[in-house]
Amino acid sequence: MARSSRSLGLFIVARLILAVPMVLILLTVVFLLMRVAPGDPVSAALGAHLSEAQLEQRRAAAGFDRPLIVQYGDYLGGVATGDFGRTITDNRSITQILVDNGGATLTLTVAALLVAVILGLPLGLWAARRRDKWDDLVIRLFGIVTFAAPVFFVGLLLQLLFGKTLGWLPTSGQAAPIVAPTVPEKTHILLLDAALSGDWSAFDDVFRHLILPAVSLGLLVTGVLIRLSRVNVIQTMRSDYVEAARARGIREGAVVVRHALRNALVPVITVTGLQVALLLGGAVLTEETFNWPGVGNQLVSYLNGRDYTAVQGLITVFALVVVVVSLLIDIVNALVDPRIRY
Amino acid sequence: MSAIPAAEAAPTRGAGPNPPPDARRTGRRFAALRSARGVPRALLLVGTVMTAVFVVLAVFAPLIAPYGFDQYTDGGHRFAKLAGPSAQHLFGTTVQSVDVLSRVVFGARTALEVVVLAVVFSVLIGVPLGLLSGYFGGLLDRFLVLVMDALFAFPYLLLAIVIAFLLSNVVIGGGVVTTALAITVIYVPQYFRVVRASTLSAREATYVEAARAMGAPARTVISRYLFVNVVHSVPVIATLNAADAILTLAGLGFLGYGIQPTEAAEWGYDLQRAIADAGAGIWWTALYPGLAITLLVIALTLVGEGLNEVVNPALRRSRSRPVRLPARPERKAADR
Amino acid sequence: MTTPSPVSTAVPTGEPRVRVRDLRIWYGTSGAPVRAVDGVDLTIHAGQIVALVGESGCGKTTLGRGILGLLPPAAATDGEVVVDGTDLLRLPARRLRAMRGDKLGLVFQEPMTRLDPLMRVGDHFDELLRTHRPRLSRAERERQAVDILRAMGIPASRLRQYPHEFSGGMRQRIMIALTLVLRPALVVADEPTTALDVLVEAQILKILAELRSSVDCGMLLITHNLGIVLEAADRVAVMYAGRIVEEGDVRQVFAHPAHPYTRELLRSTISLTTTELHHIPGSPPDLADPPPGCRFHPRCPDAMRICPNSDPGDVDTAGGQRVACWLHRLDEVAPADREPLPDREISVADEA
Repeated sequence: MARSSRSLGLFIVARLILAVPMVLILLTVVFLLMRVAPGDPVSAALGAHLSEAQLEQRRAAAGFDRPLIVQYGDYLGGVATGDFGRTITDNRSITQILVDNGGATLTLTVAALLVAVILGLPLGLWAARRRDKWDDLVIRLFGIVTFAAPVFFVGLLLQLLFGKTLGWLPTSGQAAPIVAPTVPEKTHILLLDAALSGDWSAFDDVFRHLILPAVSLGLLVTGVLIRLSRVNVIQTMRSDYVEAARARGIREGAVVVRHALRNALVPVITVTGLQVALLLGGAVLTEETFNWPGVGNQLVSYLNGRDYTAVQGLITVFALVVVVVSLLIDIVNALVDPRIRY
Repeated sequence: MSAIPAAEAAPTRGAGPNPPPDARRTGRRFAALRSARGVPRALLLVGTVMTAVFVVLAVFAPLIAPYGFDQYTDGGHRFAKLAGPSAQHLFGTTVQSVDVLSRVVFGARTALEVVVLAVVFSVLIGVPLGLLSGYFGGLLDRFLVLVMDALFAFPYLLLAIVIAFLLSNVVIGGGVVTTALAITVIYVPQYFRVVRASTLSAREATYVEAARAMGAPARTVISRYLFVNVVHSVPVIATLNAADAILTLAGLGFLGYGIQPTEAAEWGYDLQRAIADAGAGIWWTALYPGLAITLLVIALTLVGEGLNEVVNPALRRSRSRPVRLPARPERKAADR
Repeated sequence: MTTPSPVSTAVPTGEPRVRVRDLRIWYGTSGAPVRAVDGVDLTIHAGQIVALVGESGCGKTTLGRGILGLLPPAAATDGEVVVDGTDLLRLPARRLRAMRGDKLGLVFQEPMTRLDPLMRVGDHFDELLRTHRPRLSRAERERQAVDILRAMGIPASRLRQYPHEFSGGMRQRIMIALTLVLRPALVVADEPTTALDVLVEAQILKILAELRSSVDCGMLLITHNLGIVLEAADRVAVMYAGRIVEEGDVRQVFAHPAHPYTRELLRSTISLTTTELHHIPGSPPDLADPPPGCRFHPRCPDAMRICPNSDPGDVDTAGGQRVACWLHRLDEVAPADREPLPDREISVADEA
């Protein structure tokens, strides 16, 4: 299918070009937000600890004494080359934070997404098939409740139930303090590293630490997925091609899965992709609840330290992640739906 | 005489005996009532009642709450620390010896204040911007759309955190207004988008074109014609945003960027404090504020969805009764 | 019945492929049930195309869908639909499902949305053949798909393309190929050309006519275009308000309509000699509460006193038509009942 793959390639290129202005706007918004505010970053972070001369020196070193437009150019240039700046308080590069803590956040969000898909899609499909019956109502209410309950509240309840009362699962961190140092670092994703090391007790420990945070964050997205897949399956079940498939005597199960569900997935994937904003915000809260050593956790501590450059760098990364994910979602959709490629 | 006899001899396939006509009619009327209102109506009702309860809690908080939101002594002696639920403290006390029930009740007041302010701010900013952008188009429109899209794509909790963070440097101490402003920023794009889109389509409507053709100034067209037609979608978004704003407020409070604890009671902040308690197996400091958030969000969501179905009747599904075929009328047997 | 002669006036002999008897299909609503089909008899022989005509909302489409058992859950059905000796209405749902696509085919009005947009055209055939002929090998399935598509003028190379890569006329040919690939006993074609332009329409009609003879199925062609009836069908059934009011050989019916409704319907068509548009006053009745007696009497120019009081039932005319009208059994009507029906302004005023 040379024709299809070529058009898919063209589609990806076009989509990449379209993403550029979006990135520029996002970066500009971040820069303006962080720099238009009165006061300067260095004295905000370190004003209590250093003398005025030292502060001045720090400001010059960080380039804050230059005109705003120059700093803006610097910022854009840095981002383009993958340099998101350094923190003021402990002079770490943002890239290093990503290397050290990105794996934990990635693990958490991917696991949460898995939980949401495994729960949300079948429940949404079930509710759509049983529309307006009692189980549809129960599933919809479950969806509303999971969306309405703040992720940290769900997290705390899970901690109380499974951590305290039942004592089944750990409630804090990514691994037991004695386990983490024993895992050799390769990918900076602890779960993967533990699996690669072949130390199954370590893997088990890391995995058990992941369950509660992933479920807490996953439930948040589950509600959205239930609602989405329900509405879309109801719509595709009413579609002309589903009626035509029935008229051809295709078995009901095949009609539902192959025709109705598959077509419903296209919008579901799109909107799930948009939920990455929800997921990232939720991840920050979940990491805080479970003392999870991810990027969100870092962000909160730099916020508390009033470290402007750290916040700016991390927020920039979050914004880029949103753009990249929406790009990926469009490509996945183009793979699923041949109409989009043209 | 009628050619189709009303009486029937035997039930036909797939049909039970027919009920007498009167019973059938009343049964159908009941079914019509049920299908037109039904479950959505019940949910709307439940949501409204729950919301009303929270509004009452908020308005009459000082009368309902047994103690103040930061009160830790009564009659000269200090409350017990982290005491479980008892007759004196129905929901128990916190690590600072404050009554949990009182904080939950006063929390409703804070939530209401912040959310009402945030929704009012976002409507006041988002609706006019959307109207202007949609009506005039051009460069202003392009620019606003780009900025709003960027804000919309941004992880919104992070956006609120950053705004709250920046504002907290300007205004010392995060008050109700600062928090409401931080939340406002994330909802303005939603109003902007919806209002702009409906303005664009309303602008092409014949009556608006007629008004413009008659030389009505832009101000008149916007305020007299477009506004009225565009504004009907606002209550639904406002309610759903209010639900979302409660969660954002709690999230901000949980991360320490909401209301200061000395200033007012805030559920998110209380939950943040409850993390340490949960580690010790203490559940009441987490459960009650968490339930309050959840219930209020559910209530507002139900109201929003209910309103949505009222505004959008297309979402409703007419339900039909299964048919019972009466016995067939006598046709001329001679012709078969 | 293997002669594809378009002028097949001879009455076919032998067991018909399809026999519908006294079929009723009522829809449940929140109010009174809608009697979309209310006592219909119809016979289709092998290789025959029977056209079903009538105004919109007279129950044509419901009749077509009902024969295949494709009705919303709130519909009730009774009577008999016998296809090749099997009464479909008495089949359990599973066996009826297995007959659809195999023995029973349905061609839809709008081809654009009837193919699954995410599925290659070839996969539609593969799915169908796998469902109904599980023993066929993959290669055999593909060969059958290629054969039938080629017969429709669609090259095998396009089997791997997606529906959106085809025009409306091609999609309709694909739909017809999907319907015919298993050589069904009955094909219901529900206004198969309404959504297509005139040239494509002619193409599709030609294909249908050719296939009728080669596949030897019975076809129910639902249409409101009388030109298509004359061009493509052998017999025509005229439906009004849920009932068939006249049925017979196309040429006979068109030349000598026996029912006043047929006559008025034929007068409403436009031809080169048309100088003034004719229309039937009034509008089709509410099927939830149809008029008593003959359902056409409120709009009938020939209505008599007996018409609102009694349903005429079917009569066979000398010309070989079956017609439901008191005019054809005048000898049974008392002289007083033959008086023209007075006071019918209300139904005419309805029109406005």
